[in-house]
Amino acid sequence: MSTEPLLKVTDLHTSFFTPAGEVRAVNGVSFNLERGKVLGIVGESGSGKSVTAYSLMQILASTGKIVSGSIKLGGQELVNAGESVMKTVRGNKISIIFQDPMTSLNPTYTIGHQLIEAIRLHTDRNKKQAWDRSVEMLRLVNVNEPEKRMKQYPYEFSGGMRQRVMIAMALACEPDILIADEPTTALDVTIQAQILELMKSIQEELGMAIIMITHDLGVVAQMCDEVIVMYAGSICEQGTAEEIFYNPKHEYTKGLMRSIPTADTAGSKLKPITGTPIDLLNMPEGCPFAPRCDNAMKVCIKERCERMVINEDHMASCWMNVKDGVENGAIVIDVAKGGGAE
Amino acid sequence: MSVTSDKNQQPLVDVLHLKQYFDINVGAFKSKPLKAVDDVSFSIRKGETLGLVGESGCGKTTVGRSILHLYRPTAGEVVFNGSLIKSKNDINELRKKATMVFQDPYSSLNPRMTVSDIIGEPLDIHKMYTNRQERSERILELMDRVGLNSEHASRYAHEFSGGQRQRIGIARALALKPEFIVCDEPVSALDVSIQAQVINMFVELQEQLALTYLFIAHDILVVRHISDRIAVMYLGKMVELANAAEIYEHPFHPYTRSLMSAVPQPDPKVARANKRIALTGDIPSPLNAPSGCPFRTRCSYATEHCAESMPEFNEVSSGHFVACHRVNEL
Repeated sequence: MSTEPLLKVTDLHTSFFTPAGEVRAVNGVSFNLERGKVLGIVGESGSGKSVTAYSLMQILASTGKIVSGSIKLGGQELVNAGESVMKTVRGNKISIIFQDPMTSLNPTYTIGHQLIEAIRLHTDRNKKQAWDRSVEMLRLVNVNEPEKRMKQYPYEFSGGMRQRVMIAMALACEPDILIADEPTTALDVTIQAQILELMKSIQEELGMAIIMITHDLGVVAQMCDEVIVMYAGSICEQGTAEEIFYNPKHEYTKGLMRSIPTADTAGSKLKPITGTPIDLLNMPEGCPFAPRCDNAMKVCIKERCERMVINEDHMASCWMNVKDGVENGAIVIDVAKGGGAE
Repeated sequence: MSVTSDKNQQPLVDVLHLKQYFDINVGAFKSKPLKAVDDVSFSIRKGETLGLVGESGCGKTTVGRSILHLYRPTAGEVVFNGSLIKSKNDINELRKKATMVFQDPYSSLNPRMTVSDIIGEPLDIHKMYTNRQERSERILELMDRVGLNSEHASRYAHEFSGGQRQRIGIARALALKPEFIVCDEPVSALDVSIQAQVINMFVELQEQLALTYLFIAHDILVVRHISDRIAVMYLGKMVELANAAEIYEHPFHPYTRSLMSAVPQPDPKVARANKRIALTGDIPSPLNAPSGCPFRTRCSYATEHCAESMPEFNEVSSGHFVACHRVNEL
């Protein structure tokens, strides 16, 4: 298919300029997102997964800036597009729900007020129409007695219910892309299951794309079609969920998979990744994961590995694949990206 | 055989009909008891890890704190190593043998104390050394044991990462050479790769020091990994208790079933094929707990009988206890 993807991010670099120096939070991230797909971005704290999402909406803190790269939404360039363009994008075309439903709502206004405000900001609806739309949205996210709930304040809602309200608000203007930044991390597991199922069913109904940012590989396995694994601001591996889970090709991803306890690991030792995440102020020349990698080679410390195509559904940036693959000719260097390996 | 005794293994901790109520103001001069823990009995054998799971507000943390008498239990008894905890002196002695690791490695360490003072504080309180030399030797030994660089003893907590802070908290809990540690969500604030390191450390310490754990967590995969037995709580009551593999694979209680089925499995094929038993609604407020079985308002098996009386905590198969009126029909 030659059609333009819904969202095309190319070589995105986002930095924070702090008194201690430039923190390269996102360091050359590229991906495409198709309509109706769920893309998972996985990584540990500080891996740049949230900053990637905030860059898409350009809601970075004042010290943060997109340094270079391109973000194309339906063919329209968003980097340096200006605030007036972004205002038409945020909420209308890309919406976001945040991790903490307790702090995302204003405690001094009713739920209805906040929903109506969001709807009227982005559409021409009058107050009455916005009210009706709000009630309709609350019903969509399975909030009981929506008319009554509209007049209530956030403190009268439980955590799961508040997250439903956030989803209702995010979806009220029918965005093309919903960014969910750790949407269920603050919730209990049975409530998490409800919210994930709700997101999946609404997604199928409305056909939007979801970018799911999470550290929970279980949530990714359940929800995502495609997965990006991030470490220290870079993508280390990218592919379909099946490829990432059953055929990981980056040492970091392999380490993550070994670190999760499952029913089979009971009574035995986990095999954790040693060491601690890297300091983004002191990034090494080579692969950012090399200092923690058990299989690091000389080349890993010296040179960063470019993206390599494992197969049509799978890309990884790990020299181990070259070591394993070059002899049998199974691996082709991604020429489009310049290719760092000879 | 009852919940609290076992023929083969001697229990280290016996909890009998523990109740912990908090008075909550509901009007200007009115207060109402919040039943955080309501008649819970169980025992923990020497050397085992008992996992305690449940959703927020179910009372699992309160159980841990009440065992250590950080709260004065409203009713019920805690028997530690065969002796009933009654007097102030008993509590003092208990706290030498039973310590706690807290959830949040940020707020549980005093930012104005150095690492060596944090780890040494229990030693100071219980006067466990004869001279300064002995104190600092013990602190360095503890830091070494939890994998902290002993050169960092004079640093402050903010200079460490989350995983390292949790190691400081563990070193502090080990300072008095305890037999029993209440681990209250000790890994839930940590990243996956760091979490695995800390879980391994808990297992190693248990082997080396013959520790007994009460491991409180909401992450069922973590609890399943580390525990010998698992207890499930809902709204202040214990609803099921069994061997870890048994409760994970053959849960009886409708709540445990839906809890186990809600765990997102880190495997796309399993996760998508998984039939979740969806629960409707939210957990009721513990201030207005339903009559009878606390789970009946969200239970698809509930009958009138469930509203009338709280089901007994009965043994349905060897070592497997369930509190449900309809357990035989499930």
